[in-house]
Amino acid sequence: MDFEFIKEFTPMFITAGILTVKLAFFGIVLSIIIGLASMSSRVLNLKFINKIFDIYIEISRNTPLLIQLFFLYYGLPKVGIKLDSFSCGVIGLAFLGGSYMAESFRLGYEAVKKAQIEAGLSLGLSKFQLIFHVILPQAFFIALPSISANIIFLTKETSIVSVIALADLVYATKDIMGLYYMTDEALFMLVVSYLIIILPISLGLTLLEKRLSYV
Amino acid sequence: MFDILFEGNNFIRLMVGLWVTVKISLIAIVISLVGGMVLGILMSLKNRFIYAILKFGLEVVRIMPQIVWLMLVYFGLSKWANIHISGVGAAIIIFSIWGVFEMMDLVRGAVSSIPKHQFESAASLGLKSYQIYIYVIIPLAMRRLVPASINLLSRMIKTTSIVVLIGVVEVVKVGQQIIDNAVFTDNYAAFIVYGFIFFLYFAICYPVSKLSKILENRWSA
Repeated sequence: MDFEFIKEFTPMFITAGILTVKLAFFGIVLSIIIGLASMSSRVLNLKFINKIFDIYIEISRNTPLLIQLFFLYYGLPKVGIKLDSFSCGVIGLAFLGGSYMAESFRLGYEAVKKAQIEAGLSLGLSKFQLIFHVILPQAFFIALPSISANIIFLTKETSIVSVIALADLVYATKDIMGLYYMTDEALFMLVVSYLIIILPISLGLTLLEKRLSYV
Repeated sequence: MFDILFEGNNFIRLMVGLWVTVKISLIAIVISLVGGMVLGILMSLKNRFIYAILKFGLEVVRIMPQIVWLMLVYFGLSKWANIHISGVGAAIIIFSIWGVFEMMDLVRGAVSSIPKHQFESAASLGLKSYQIYIYVIIPLAMRRLVPASINLLSRMIKTTSIVVLIGVVEVVKVGQQIIDNAVFTDNYAAFIVYGFIFFLYFAICYPVSKLSKILENRWSA
C-alpha cells in the first residue's frame, strides 16, 4: 500500500463520493414522491391513473437500471430528447426507485386499519386531509423498514452510473487503475469510500426505526 | 426502421449476448439454492455462534454494491492470488456468493414462519432432527420458498447486467458494436437497439416475476 499515493488521490475520491451521494439523494427524494403519488391515487381511487401506475411499476421493476440508463442517455437523443448525464442518472434512479417506493407505501396503506379511515371520513375530513393526517403518518411508519431497505438498495444502485459518463467512485477507481496501475490502492479507496457512504445511512435508518417503533 | 435488428446476424448475436448473462444467472441460482438451503437451515438451528457468523456474512455481502465485489474479484484477486479469472468466472463467483446469502435469509424466514407445534409433533413421532427437517419442515417451507426463489432469479437476471462493466461481452456490449457499425448509415440505431434490449429484459423478467406472484397468491395460506 502506497499511502502517499492514496493521500494524493483522496480529493478525487471525495469529489466522486459527493457525486454519488448527490445522485442518490435526488433520486431517492423523487422516488419517494412517485411512491406517495401512487399511494394517493390509490386512496382517491382514480382508476385510470392507478392503471398507469400499475403498468409503470411492472416495466420499472422488470428491467435493470443499467439498461434504463443506456436507453435514456444514448437512445433518447436519437428521437430528439437530449439530457445531460447527471439528469439521466437522477431520472433513471427515480424511474427504478419510484416503483419500489410505490410498493412500500402500498403495503403501508393496506396495513392501516379500515376503521381508521372510516373514523377519519366520519369526522368529515376531506380526502386530502385523510391522506395527510390519517393514512400517511401511519402508513409511513409501517412501511419504514421497507423504505429503509429501498434507500440502501438505491444508494448501491448508483454504482453503475459510470456507464453514462458520470465520474462516480467506480469511474475514479477504473481511471486510477488504468492510468497508474495502482490496483490495490484504487480498490482500497473504492471500498472505504462506499463504507463511508453506506454505513452511516444504514446505521441512521436502523436507529430511526428503533426510535419510531412505538407506533 | 427495425431493419438494424435483423441485418446480417445481428439478431442472433444479441441473443447470444443475452444468453451470457442469463447463463451466469442460472449457474448462480443453482448454487444459491443448494448453498442457501444448507446455510438457511444451519441458521435456524438456534446455535448463537453459527447464527452470528452467518448473519455477519449476510451483512458484509449486502453492505457493498455488487459491482464493487466484482471489481475486487476481477481486478484484485487476479493480482493478489496470481490467478487470472475471466469476467464470466468472476461474475459467477460473486453472484453465487450473493445468491447463497440472500437464499439463506429466505430459507431462515420461511423456516421461522413454521409454527412450533410442527417441530414438536414431528419430534413426538420419534423423528430424528435431520428427519424433522427433511420430511416435515422443508416441505412446509417450500410454499414460501418457491415463489421467493423465483423472485430471486428475476433479481439475479437484472443484476447480472452489470457484468458489462468488467468487460464481459454480453447483450449491451453486442448492442454497442452493432450501433458503432451502423453509425453512418442508421441514425436511429441507438434508440432501436437499446430499446430492444430494454424490451428483451422485460420479456424475460416479467413472466418470471409474474409466476412468482401467482404462486405466492395461490399458496399464501
